[in-house]
Amino acid sequence: MTALLSVRGLASGYGSVPVLDGLSFELDPGERIGVLGPNGGGKTTLFKALLGILPLLAGQIDSPGRFGYVPQTERSRLDYPVSALDVALMGALSRIAWWRPLGRTERRNAQTALARVGLGDQSEEQFGELSGGQRQRVLVARALVQDGPVLLLDEPFTGVDQPSAELLDRLLDGLVAEGRGVLIATHDLEQARRWDRVLCLNRRQIAFGPPEQVLTRAVLEETYGGEIVTLPSGSGEQVGILPPHHH
Amino acid sequence: MAHALADPWTQGFVQRAFFELALLGIVGSALGCWVLFYELSYGAESLAHSLFPGLVVAALAGIPLVLGAAGGVLVAAVAIAVFGRTPEIGRDTAIAVVITTLFGLGVLLALAPASPPGLNELLFGDLLGVSGTDLAIAAGLSVIVLTSLVLLHRQLLAVGFDRANAAAFGARPVLVDLALLGLLAAAIVIGVQGLGNLLVLAVLVGPAATARVVVTRRLLPMMCLATVIAIACGAGGLYLSYYAETAGGASVAGITLAVYLGVRLGAAAQASVARRFLANSRKRARSSSPGPSGGSLA
Repeated sequence: MTALLSVRGLASGYGSVPVLDGLSFELDPGERIGVLGPNGGGKTTLFKALLGILPLLAGQIDSPGRFGYVPQTERSRLDYPVSALDVALMGALSRIAWWRPLGRTERRNAQTALARVGLGDQSEEQFGELSGGQRQRVLVARALVQDGPVLLLDEPFTGVDQPSAELLDRLLDGLVAEGRGVLIATHDLEQARRWDRVLCLNRRQIAFGPPEQVLTRAVLEETYGGEIVTLPSGSGEQVGILPPHHH
Repeated sequence: MAHALADPWTQGFVQRAFFELALLGIVGSALGCWVLFYELSYGAESLAHSLFPGLVVAALAGIPLVLGAAGGVLVAAVAIAVFGRTPEIGRDTAIAVVITTLFGLGVLLALAPASPPGLNELLFGDLLGVSGTDLAIAAGLSVIVLTSLVLLHRQLLAVGFDRANAAAFGARPVLVDLALLGLLAAAIVIGVQGLGNLLVLAVLVGPAATARVVVTRRLLPMMCLATVIAIACGAGGLYLSYYAETAGGASVAGITLAVYLGVRLGAAAQASVARRFLANSRKRARSSSPGPSGGSLA
């Protein structure tokens, strides 16, 4: 099987000093990879390097060039005068010339994407007036409109209500069934254990592989440093991480 | 009364002044809304100030003022865009340094022994002295600015929504910033003949800021309301100027800002009344239902 995305020896960062160094992994069609790491460990840097927003300081990326991207929470402003549909339509920006008006096809795609995230009836609602989970779903709809073979989701489950999280989980099932590859940054170890492979980062690559092989205590300690805790459970001890602190 | 209302409009110079204000109102309102969402009010004001040396150079060289203003504004816009993007300098510092330097340069040139009199016209404009040629140039620039805003709309919307990630969606934050500053420069050139470079900002930012208090959900209605406000304030300023014999540009700017303050205070008063009403109705709801320990003591 040919990989959708292949990364060899990647180093990237803001300016000339790498924040992230020595990454090598690949993403196959229909595969879900969990990207684990502490805050500041380089998860967002990796995504921005793949997207070409941050410079590649070393290494090589083989990608289809088109991505669907869901940035971490929204940095977008809540008082901004846009509807859910306006935001979803931003996903079409890179696919048509900047001066061309939006056509019926783009509108239909955006409407379909909103329906897919369960917001088909709320497309005219003001973005800032939606709940946090709904806003996250609008941003996922925007990534669907981008229609890339690879999706990059930066902590899509953080701060999201239970119904939105379940809907997002089912949506990811559908997307990998279509043969897309998905990279998901997360702090949820239990969730990552259910995915195909995990990539552990802490400013460099700690480990990459199937969760049952990779998510050992040693790897997690190296990935998270002091943030690690041990949880007693029925089948012996289980390792977890402290809830992330966002700044 | 009707005569007093109609009288000013029989004068050609009042008609031309109003046409100039209407053009500036349409362009300024559409652009002003973007200026607010891009938090560029300070940058816009600085841009207006920094075209001063361009005006002085044009006056000295005897070329049309609009050309001088365009040149001055272009230099300032590029300097602000370039230095403002340097992380170690930052936008605020870059703007402060660039405009102080350029304004100082303008004053230096203007106070030279060879410079012509009438400097206050460059600073405050001459609304009632707007000529037909000035209007034709302003109309042409207005068409260019409005067309550009329509074409750039999606890019402006995406960058304003989430600047940090806009590039991931095919938007170009640097180009959008440059384009917006360039259009702002064009709008300032439209207005500088009538209002001067110290007052033009009132008409660029004032109506948009007023409209934003009233309309918050969608951009187009906000722009339309701002245009109506700008044109109404322009007409009001002309009446004031005609009958109270006050300076034209200052009258328009004064009324624009008075309307903004009025609407702001009105909205604040309305919000405070609504809060008090809510608090009272909650208090009533509490006192009408027996409290957890209230009944047993009596």
